Amino acid sequence: MKFKLMIWRQQDPKSKGKFVTYEITNISPDMSFLEMLDVLNEELTKNGEDTIAFSHDCREGICGSCGIYINGRAHGPSKATTTCQLYMRNFTDNETIVCEPWRAKGFPVIKDLVVDKSAFDRILRCGGYVSVNTGSAPDANLIPISKKTADEAFDAAACIGCGACVAACKNASAMLFVSAKVSHLALLPQGYPEKHERVMNMISAMDKEGFGNCTNTGACEAECPKQISLSHIARLNRNFISVVVTSKDK
Amino acid sequence: MTLESKIPSGPIAEKWQNHQENLKLVNPSNKRKYEIIIVGTGLAGASAAASLGELGYTVKVFCIQDSPRRAHSIAAQGGINSAKNYKNDGDSVYRLFYDTIKGGDYRSRESNVHRLAEVSTKIIDHSVALGVPFAREYGGLLDNRSFGGAQVSRTFYARGQTGQQLLLGAISAMNRQVNLGTVKVYPYHEMLDLVLIDEHAKGIVTRNLLTGEIESHAGHAVILATGGYGNVFFLSTNAKASNTTAIWRAHKRGAFFANPCFTQIHPTCIPVSGQNQSKLTLMSESLRNDGRVWTPKSKGDARTPSQIPEGERDYFLERKYPSYGNLVPRDVAARNIKEVCDDGRGVSSTGMAVYLDFTDAIKRLGKNVIEQRYGNLFEMYEQITNDNPYEVPMKIYPASHYTMGGIWVDYNLMTTIPGLFALGECNFSDHGANRLGASALMQGLADGYFIIPYTIGDYLAITGAGKLDTNHNKFKESEKEVSDQVKKLLSTNGNKTVDDIHKELGKVAWDHIGMSRNADGLKKAAALIQSIREDFYKNVKVVGEGNNLNECLEKAGRLADFIELAQLMAADALHRNESCGSHFRTEFQTEEHEAKRDDQNFAYVAAWEYSGINNPHKLHKEQLTFERAKVMQRSYK
Amino acid sequence: MINQLSSSSVGKKIIMSITGIFLCLFLVVHLSGNFLLFKNDGGAAFNHYSEFMSTNIFIRIGEIILFIGILAHIIDALVLTIKNKQARPIQYFMTDPSANTAFTSRFMAITGLTVLIFLVIHLRTFMVEHRFYEAKETMFDSVKTAFENPYYSSLYIVAMVLLGFHLHHGFQSSFQSLGINHNKYTPLIKKLSLLFSIIIPFGFATMPAYFYFKQFIK
Repeated sequence: MKFKLMIWRQQDPKSKGKFVTYEITNISPDMSFLEMLDVLNEELTKNGEDTIAFSHDCREGICGSCGIYINGRAHGPSKATTTCQLYMRNFTDNETIVCEPWRAKGFPVIKDLVVDKSAFDRILRCGGYVSVNTGSAPDANLIPISKKTADEAFDAAACIGCGACVAACKNASAMLFVSAKVSHLALLPQGYPEKHERVMNMISAMDKEGFGNCTNTGACEAECPKQISLSHIARLNRNFISVVVTSKDK
Repeated sequence: MTLESKIPSGPIAEKWQNHQENLKLVNPSNKRKYEIIIVGTGLAGASAAASLGELGYTVKVFCIQDSPRRAHSIAAQGGINSAKNYKNDGDSVYRLFYDTIKGGDYRSRESNVHRLAEVSTKIIDHSVALGVPFAREYGGLLDNRSFGGAQVSRTFYARGQTGQQLLLGAISAMNRQVNLGTVKVYPYHEMLDLVLIDEHAKGIVTRNLLTGEIESHAGHAVILATGGYGNVFFLSTNAKASNTTAIWRAHKRGAFFANPCFTQIHPTCIPVSGQNQSKLTLMSESLRNDGRVWTPKSKGDARTPSQIPEGERDYFLERKYPSYGNLVPRDVAARNIKEVCDDGRGVSSTGMAVYLDFTDAIKRLGKNVIEQRYGNLFEMYEQITNDNPYEVPMKIYPASHYTMGGIWVDYNLMTTIPGLFALGECNFSDHGANRLGASALMQGLADGYFIIPYTIGDYLAITGAGKLDTNHNKFKESEKEVSDQVKKLLSTNGNKTVDDIHKELGKVAWDHIGMSRNADGLKKAAALIQSIREDFYKNVKVVGEGNNLNECLEKAGRLADFIELAQLMAADALHRNESCGSHFRTEFQTEEHEAKRDDQNFAYVAAWEYSGINNPHKLHKEQLTFERAKVMQRSYK
Repeated sequence: MINQLSSSSVGKKIIMSITGIFLCLFLVVHLSGNFLLFKNDGGAAFNHYSEFMSTNIFIRIGEIILFIGILAHIIDALVLTIKNKQARPIQYFMTDPSANTAFTSRFMAITGLTVLIFLVIHLRTFMVEHRFYEAKETMFDSVKTAFENPYYSSLYIVAMVLLGFHLHHGFQSSFQSLGINHNKYTPLIKKLSLLFSIIIPFGFATMPAYFYFKQFIK
């Protein structure tokens, strides 16, 4: 297979970027999208040009590093797939493929297709945890948790922090990401005691990072590689309302 | 220098308890005066950062990724062992200890393994308290599954993403400490040197991967938790950035490297499909609970699996190991798969694969149950190969996965450099010559949550919280060395890419220091690696600049260390004239082609001391003694 | 409480949905009253109704609340839209939004703005004329005159289509913003939303159509 690639090149956060077009041939349909970029980078190296920077690490869809906006879609055309798990068989021969970095105020570009997703860590640090010290836990089977609840908590906890929700949202909203953590911990008895502080602190951290608002379009859910559901956003909203209604602060 | 393992005296089951009571303590109000550097944010690093932060130490954590949560522990699929005996199937601390010692083919340190089994139960308690959503039964209690090398069900799991959930739990505990101000995280920082002052580890030199700045960071102790070196083979199940650089540079500063040739080849990975393959994907060992491994009985059988009648299939693991069947330990499974493929009975176009078949399990349990157990793994398999494993059997082949070898540590997890500790996969201590499934997560968290918080206090209490100074000569010298190396790599301008050379190295390592080894091959490998090393410094081409994100440069620095490590691996494999666990020397096998140990001569840990760039490493031996585990020929028949 | 709501992104969305649902309720009331236009009595019932609506003290208080609701909905929308635009300072070169979203959900600001423009014209024609000036004709006659004009009635009908789009997303979205999302009921809410977004604007649109075509039938 062969392709024409339009790739965003930007030397560093401050410089102005532009699209550069590359032609690539001899691509096997069983290659992953990133392997295709590897091949291109090897060619660039041999020509003495700087390689295209893109984030990647585990290449099995779990670390959440990778993320390219491919042909107008976060992580490309396949459903429930990260960029690293996208295979070239999903494209047609001679296709032009446009590769852009995630675009959001909260995710400034570092270089080429690499963006700074540290905003997510800063949000999690404001409450995405259970305050329990090592060594003080009771027996793991002390509190039974229904299988259904545990499964639902897992569905939310499966978030890999890739940022596709922000990238796909027309408002660059991080609500799906934030709600996944809020919902995961709110569902479990272990996370219950702090659920009110958690939801308020994490929402205000999210707002500070410059992400947009949730307009319930559902783009995030549709593009999420782990298929995290909008119902978690609803749970976050519920928790928020219950704090606003019941809190004693004026 | 002699090796002091510092194993406490007394009966094995009481050693850890007694030891904890004898360790010196740091006064709570003094703890914040001690700065601790942690390199790596996987299970071991993150859990250590969290628990040391909780104690009140001032902790600085470094990782090469954009976020600590990306560490490769995240990709562990199957589960975590713990001697909870919730299943009432006779499990106990002793059994977990014994299985691990036996699984490691009697090449691990008994006291460490026993301690690991003891604290294993606390890990589950703590993880649940942190909100880790383990799989549960309908009654609301925790579920277990079986893993290789054990005849009890002691593996806790969270679908096929146990590593992710445990890591996110540890990271969340660390995040809490970041919020409280005890822990500071430095992402995109690569440790490129260890700094010793008066022979104690007092800091590290890092390169900021975004700006290229070479920085010094001082601490009263340094903890390495940087994972394994499986990427020496180029293709492995490790993440692309997993590397040996931090431990290798520490090794060059004086930390002994133990058993480097003990590398685990995981039996069930998706086979290589093309020249440009960048990594191999593991299919969890848990699949062997219900999947049956087989090949056609006859050589070169080109029929599709469904066309091959039952009678013409060879379920070779079930045939050879009736009591463990498909759940034999990894080294045994991997070697047998290699054997049938070498025999010409492999399947797929390359002949380098065998089937992992779920047809019987689907018939017996129904598709729903299988989907519940392995749904995400099946999806992942289909995404990669375009085959639907509910209908056609999976094809699998072994791949480099884990490294049992690593930095030598004593009972306190301290290396041969005072003040330098090594946790998790990057140390050598618990898995001997072969690791059992679901034990890596256990070890990483045991080291970080429950061992280092005790043992590091002992060192700090003795050495005190002296003044730290990154302007010390040693830091400046080291900074210069590091920046010179970066400049050298950028200016070589040869004609081979880093990946070209890494693929060459990987092939040599896979062919000669892989699943089976022999003296001739190892000698050949040593020579080949030496020439690859020379080639690297002459012909490598590194593009881009040193002052911004440059993956090409990062990879080149890491490859330089992999090459040197591969030389040591070959030397270690060559000197160990026996077969044990993952280290299978074809000259030393039983009549049934099983690994034949030589306990008379090789019941020791080979700890190698670096003695200069062109000098051979110096061997130190830590004799292994077994008081509790009965040493015998490993058998899974 | 107001502070907590207005200062956070989630709170603003809650204000949006509460005011939205309130406005939906108003539409129902407004539409049902307006059906009196179809009563074949030369507008007597309708005029009586509009007289009542503009003089009754409770209705007048309700009217003030309604205007506060509309204003809050608009200001909130404005603030949210500005924030949303700022959240992506550099736009994508290529996007394929139809792959993952319903088009009504993407143009809420535009459909909302059109409805607002329509609302201004609508109020100018009917309310301002009768409330603040000496009325030259009855409300029924005003309606009749306006709707017999082809431009005015077409504007009306187009505006109703856009209102329909706005409601299609807005109605069900307000439930999600209020945290109501349930496997069993959400699909029902979505169906109801579709139904609501068709029936209400259709009901309103029948009126200009009725008067416009009626003038030719004699």
